[in-house]
Amino acid sequence: MPGLEDLYKEIILDHYRNPRNRGELPPPACKAEGFNPLCGDEIVVTLTLDENEVIQDIAIGGQGCSISQSSASMMSAAVKGKSVTEVRELTDQFKTMMSINEAPSGSQAENDADQIAAAKAAAGAGDAGTIAGAAEKPDLSMGDLSALRGVVKFPVRIKCAVLSWNTLMQALEEAGV
Amino acid sequence: MTLDVAQIQADFPMLARQINGKRLIYLDSAATSQKPAAVIEAMDNYYRNAYASVNRGAYQIAAEATDLLEHARTAVARFVGAPRAHEIIFTKNATEAMNLFAQSWGRANLSQGDVVVLTEMEHHANIVPWHMLREAIGIDIRWIPLTETGELDLANLDLLLDGAKLVSVTAMSNVLGTLNPIRRIADAAHAAGAAMIADASQYVPHLPTDVTELGVDAMIFTGHKMLGPTGVGVLWGKTELLEAMPPFLGGGDMIMQVTKEGFTTNDLPHKFEAGTPAIAEIIGLGAAVEYLESLGMDAVREHEVSLTAYALRTLNERFGEDITVHGPAEPAARGGVLSIAYKDVHPHDISQVLDQSNVCVRAGHHCAKPLMQVMGVNATARASLYVYNDEADVDALADALESADDIFGLEI
Repeated sequence: MPGLEDLYKEIILDHYRNPRNRGELPPPACKAEGFNPLCGDEIVVTLTLDENEVIQDIAIGGQGCSISQSSASMMSAAVKGKSVTEVRELTDQFKTMMSINEAPSGSQAENDADQIAAAKAAAGAGDAGTIAGAAEKPDLSMGDLSALRGVVKFPVRIKCAVLSWNTLMQALEEAGV
Repeated sequence: MTLDVAQIQADFPMLARQINGKRLIYLDSAATSQKPAAVIEAMDNYYRNAYASVNRGAYQIAAEATDLLEHARTAVARFVGAPRAHEIIFTKNATEAMNLFAQSWGRANLSQGDVVVLTEMEHHANIVPWHMLREAIGIDIRWIPLTETGELDLANLDLLLDGAKLVSVTAMSNVLGTLNPIRRIADAAHAAGAAMIADASQYVPHLPTDVTELGVDAMIFTGHKMLGPTGVGVLWGKTELLEAMPPFLGGGDMIMQVTKEGFTTNDLPHKFEAGTPAIAEIIGLGAAVEYLESLGMDAVREHEVSLTAYALRTLNERFGEDITVHGPAEPAARGGVLSIAYKDVHPHDISQVLDQSNVCVRAGHHCAKPLMQVMGVNATARASLYVYNDEADVDALADALESADDIFGLEI
């Protein structure tokens, strides 16, 4: 059994206790609500985009466990000021780290973000095409988000970590971008 | 008579399971109970020694299989005090039993504007079927509210029942543990001209049950929460009520005659048991009932009241104001369902921390979202007790809960 220290890292607890960008932006901000029907967690994402499709501001509402809340907090910090294209790429990277997207070829079940980074480097060195969707996309640092990689060892919590990201994607769809 | 819990624990193969060299502390019986060897063996015996379909076939093993199934039906009828065995209708689970009732009795007896009375503490299985009927035929739903302590507020019961056609109430809350005054509500429902059905999914496994004493017209419950297997539930109804109800599912077994022009229905209970039933599961449920009978349901209830009292006392002594156990404070007024709020630690995180100590509890909304809204919470962590739990399990729960402080600290 993996230890809880893999799950509840200090930075995760910090985002849980001191959530960033907490609240709700007033209309006409676009808004999406995400629910986890199994555990009752809910996330409300509101965001505004500028004319270049860059996320100007984002706020996170709702309530949930430490993993869903800290993931949402980290996400809000990570996507603010990024373009929609970059945000979609970051979401892909995050879901890959959460083992939801198909793993890059050659990577083992662990699906470690370091391996992904290494695979990306390999792709850049002329092995393009072996990694679905990775080639010619901006390389974004996972930063604090890497702390969530331990969640993969607790499969029932993966959906907690991903809830805010799915809700963010919904919000972007609402925005029509 | 008191339960010999050590002996009971030895009857449950799963409880011998160790994880990381430590024993399992199973406190999630309100979700589903573990199974004694007697149940597993009864199902195994059917598959190994008497496997054939039921209600057809003149050959010996077909007759044996039918006998095993009908023996189970008789046992279940006896267990809940049903006057006649044919009043026991086997379904897939309690949810299907309630849907059967809502679709069959509901569509035959309700029309637009008719009132069905529920309570704010219902499981989704006793809410959504009525929402579906509201969407389909336009019934109205009224809700019996709750008191601060998580009991039904019956102050305005007569007003709520005025003009109602049906009252559908849980006998015991799966979140609060509250035992509801079913007899009182049933009598009031009947006085108002309404029929009464009880969701006894959390009640039948834990308390001596007599449908006549409860005064209800129909009742549902499920096998897997009462030591039986998954895949089998029960609708009990009074004979005259069931006979007046149209069939739910159509197909084999439920017919008397089929022609190109139409069909006539079979007698009870077959009228509501279309298709090949879950024979092994029904046989397993029969064995579960006999196991519970061997313990004695009075002794089961006595054990659970005493263990619930110990749990409430222990949690209160060890955690004081840091812990809230939702629902009635008096052990005799509740079942062994302990929905816990601990400091500000989210229920999902509580259950994760408890899992490190092999303590199995449920975190979430427990399929009772309207109740969660009334309680003003999104979720709870729920520990639930049964015949195989003892004070050591409660102590393990408290010890494991304490370890949440190591991770989440006090200042969240």
